Amino acid sequence: MSRYAAIRVRRPEGLSTRMPTRLLASLAVAWLALFAGAAAVAQDVSREQMKGLDEQVQEIKADVLAIAAELSQLEERLLFPSNTQVAVFVSLAAGESYRLDAVELQVNGRPVAHHIYSYKELEALKKGGVQRIYTGNVPTGEHELLVAVSGKLPSGRDFTRTENFRFTKGVEPKLVGITLGDPDSGAGIRLGDW
Amino acid sequence: MIRRSLIGLFVLGLASTSAVGADASRGLRDLYFGEALYYAHQERYLDALERLDAELGQHYRLDEPPLDTLHHHVGHAEFSVGDFELQYRMHHRAGRAIRAVLEGNVDEAVRNEAAFRLARIHFQKDQPVDALHALDRISGEVPARIRDEIEFLRANVYMALGQPGAAVEVLRRVQRSDALKGFAAYNLGIALLQDGNQLEALAQLDKAGQLRGLDQGGLAIRDRSNLLRGALLMDAEDFAPAQLTLERVRLEGPYSNQALLSAGWAHASGEKFERALVPWSMLAEREVTDAAVQEAILALPYAYSQLNVHGRAAMLYGQAVDVFGDELHKVDASIRSIREGSFLDALVREEIRQNKDWVIRLRSLPETPETYYLMALMASHDFQTALQNYLDLEDLRKRLLAWQGSFDAFEDIIQHRGTYYQPVLPELDHQFRELDSQIRLRLEQRKRIDQRLHAMLTSPRADFLATADERMALEAMARLEAGIGEPASDQDAALLERVQRLRGLITWELETRYHERFTEAHQHLVELNTVVDAMQAQYIAFVRTRQAALHSYVGYDEQIVQLRRRVAGALERLQVLMARQGHMLEVVAVNELSLRRQRLETYQNQARYAFADSFDRAAKAQAVEDQG
Repeated sequence: MSRYAAIRVRRPEGLSTRMPTRLLASLAVAWLALFAGAAAVAQDVSREQMKGLDEQVQEIKADVLAIAAELSQLEERLLFPSNTQVAVFVSLAAGESYRLDAVELQVNGRPVAHHIYSYKELEALKKGGVQRIYTGNVPTGEHELLVAVSGKLPSGRDFTRTENFRFTKGVEPKLVGITLGDPDSGAGIRLGDW
Repeated sequence: MIRRSLIGLFVLGLASTSAVGADASRGLRDLYFGEALYYAHQERYLDALERLDAELGQHYRLDEPPLDTLHHHVGHAEFSVGDFELQYRMHHRAGRAIRAVLEGNVDEAVRNEAAFRLARIHFQKDQPVDALHALDRISGEVPARIRDEIEFLRANVYMALGQPGAAVEVLRRVQRSDALKGFAAYNLGIALLQDGNQLEALAQLDKAGQLRGLDQGGLAIRDRSNLLRGALLMDAEDFAPAQLTLERVRLEGPYSNQALLSAGWAHASGEKFERALVPWSMLAEREVTDAAVQEAILALPYAYSQLNVHGRAAMLYGQAVDVFGDELHKVDASIRSIREGSFLDALVREEIRQNKDWVIRLRSLPETPETYYLMALMASHDFQTALQNYLDLEDLRKRLLAWQGSFDAFEDIIQHRGTYYQPVLPELDHQFRELDSQIRLRLEQRKRIDQRLHAMLTSPRADFLATADERMALEAMARLEAGIGEPASDQDAALLERVQRLRGLITWELETRYHERFTEAHQHLVELNTVVDAMQAQYIAFVRTRQAALHSYVGYDEQIVQLRRRVAGALERLQVLMARQGHMLEVVAVNELSLRRQRLETYQNQARYAFADSFDRAAKAQAVEDQG
């Protein structure tokens, strides 16, 4: 029993005999939980068993990761061969504080992606993450890309912006990066080649 | 006991705050690395690892990795793999990538950061000796942003190795660090305590408990400092300062329940039962499944009884009997429901897990008794680990099932492509071969012209630059000259002279305009290059498209069969593992709840006895009053 438990039993006893000792002893249990760290492991689930299972979980995670890697390679080869592949990525310019609600993309006048952002996704973008919003296929040559963005400014005002861009698809995979900056500036939506 | 558990109290603090290197994400040059960070920032570590593993694999397969965009981030990418593996609780794998950086030919600063990260991984894997060994490898230039973190980790390692004195020395050096504010102050208090320096420890915890300008994590640590200091002072029977310290703990923070309970005991221990009523009354109104609240429900009437307010005490003891009775029913329902298998189903409900407060939401769901005491269960580290593993397995199961379904779709696509391309391609190839021979011929012609022009730079040949008309005229003249042969008459001689004059004219033209014509010819050849380049690009595009057409349906069969087998195998193993993990979770939950049940039962019995006692005393007091 901890010194806390001891004092908690001893002190009230000294003060009064009205509160039963066993009550105080049991009350100290909750206190103990705070400082004793993890609760006691039940007898029929040993720590070794837990560790063994944990190791097996790690092994299966590694297996699934290996399968995922091969599968995504297969998927890319099969669905998005490099000669026609185009991938569009979205990132937020550093320091932007507006709330991005949605991004819509059209390639050659055809809607190809419309994403509404969750809180977590928006936070991930603000921390510098880059979202692959669209992967598709286009033939080599010139193409049009329309980017429409909507959201809310720090002032509380809603905004929507639309920009048209052109990009050239060669024989290699085409990566298009869209950087979303201050909606009120001229460079609200910028396109970059990668 | 409290000393023995001090290492457990030591805060690992910022060990994971830089898990996803924020500095790596700005100035980004590789979009796929950015995508991995995007997933990691959402705590989707499996997706992040999958993306980053693939990206790093491709990078190292390149003939010239420095030309790849990932080259600019390769150090951070390697570090991130280790971080993500740790976050995804793949401790066995974590560290491989970082070890590769450490052993590679990298800058001193990068190597030192790798050593730090490796040390952190060893530490989290409960290998403090290896962690210290990795830290000892750090020398020379150290990136400023991790300098304090290294020292903080070193202190953690010393504590884990049972060297609190060394930890104290290290922690004293990082007290001014803004990033570690709160954490370093608190840990120094713990290290001093562990080192047997109680007085200084109390002073340090006092300092840590009054820090300003902290974020949410720092505020929680500040609360913890105050809670611990309060406990130590109570241990030393120094109740007044203990109570003052406990009052510093925020009322809405994660430690507020324990602080209110302790504050009540601090007052009660100093025989100030009236004051004890305040925190206990507040606590008794809170969520009743919390252990501290349940204790307060019993402690509150105890305080009234000490104040001789027996009527009120009896009433509250009576209420406590009912509350504990209700809670016993809830615990029983939870245990029953868990044994019936509902617990695991509730835990994996997707719509609940979308919300960050899913544990709290689960508890408030109607018709789910299995989750009433989930918050209490979450306090157990073993339960948390088992639960997280179970949720990870469920996530993997869903992925594997989805992949199984996608193989059919892949095979369908391949079959449709084969049906379309197989009859078309032979005719296409025939046409292409014809075009190909024409293209080759033209390219050969162009090459010859180029060579001739080059030769003319050293050996000028004006006749090569004659126009078609001039060439025809010269040929006509040659024919006329041949027809005349030796002039037989004056008329022939005059004609021959005319022809020669004309030839002279053309020769004059050719010789005098040679340089102009040569320049023009060269310009035309350059212009031809543009056309040839466009043709060659189209040629390459066609060849690639032709190859892509073939590759769109040939060469997948074996890979799909193998993947299908691997997915099925993994799914089978996973289901067995999930059943075992689920069973373990249920056993841990039932055991924890059984303990809680025992405690509630004890509380209820004690409340019953105390109720009777208080009731008697109240009745006696009333009788005395009536007689008086």
